[in-house]
Amino acid sequence: MKRRTLLKSSLTAGVAGVAAAAGLLTPQMVLAAWPKGAFESKGVDSAVKSLMGSNALTASGDISIKAPPIAENGAVVNIAVSTKLKNVDSISILVEKNATPLTSSFNLAPVTEAFIKTRVKVAKTSSVIAVVKSGGKLYSAGREVKVTIGGCGG
Amino acid sequence: MATNTIRPRAYADGDMTTLKMLIDHPMETGLRKDKKTGSKIPAHYIETVTVEHNGKVVLDALLGPAVSKNPFIQCKFKGAKSGDALKISWKDSKGDTDTKEAKIS
Repeated sequence: MKRRTLLKSSLTAGVAGVAAAAGLLTPQMVLAAWPKGAFESKGVDSAVKSLMGSNALTASGDISIKAPPIAENGAVVNIAVSTKLKNVDSISILVEKNATPLTSSFNLAPVTEAFIKTRVKVAKTSSVIAVVKSGGKLYSAGREVKVTIGGCGG
Repeated sequence: MATNTIRPRAYADGDMTTLKMLIDHPMETGLRKDKKTGSKIPAHYIETVTVEHNGKVVLDALLGPAVSKNPFIQCKFKGAKSGDALKISWKDSKGDTDTKEAKIS
């Protein structure tokens, strides 16, 4: 039974591969592998470089970050990022002073709005940076969050 | 395999669908120490969360250990309507997974 499923899956994979190579499949989002290096990077620049292949960030006023100015508990900080930029491929959220700044990165499909809300840990008072990839370029904006109790090691 | 860890809520407002989800997960960073034994608690966190509608991926989230315990994610997308099914799945650093179907209300 196992052999049969294996055969079947390899067969379909083969067909799909050929179809994709021939350009028959409509382009879809390709699921990225988990970028271990980017999540383990100790600085904002190196994390962005490892994740995006470039760290040429352009500051943008069109990115809005909603975050509490003072977080009582750094373990749970609500962050909402939205942008007016068009053709947004991904939104990443970094916390500058965390040991590893990259918290999360969201790859968006064309139908998905450029809006993400999540909760992250902020170790100490730090700037929260949103990096938006739009039309192959990287844009960023930052906002300071003051933390009264640390989110890591607690 | 983990079961029943995903609590989604999706609703359509016109052409725009809003999805909110909570996932039960410890999200251990690997830096915390057990206060009794002094030994480090090993890292254990969700790495990827995928949301699919009609077989198409609408959100591919890459998470690290700095996402809060019991992660919450909210996103919005177009092209779905009330009654449609969404498939949400996650995979963590230990290879554990869970999948849940959600109906858009």
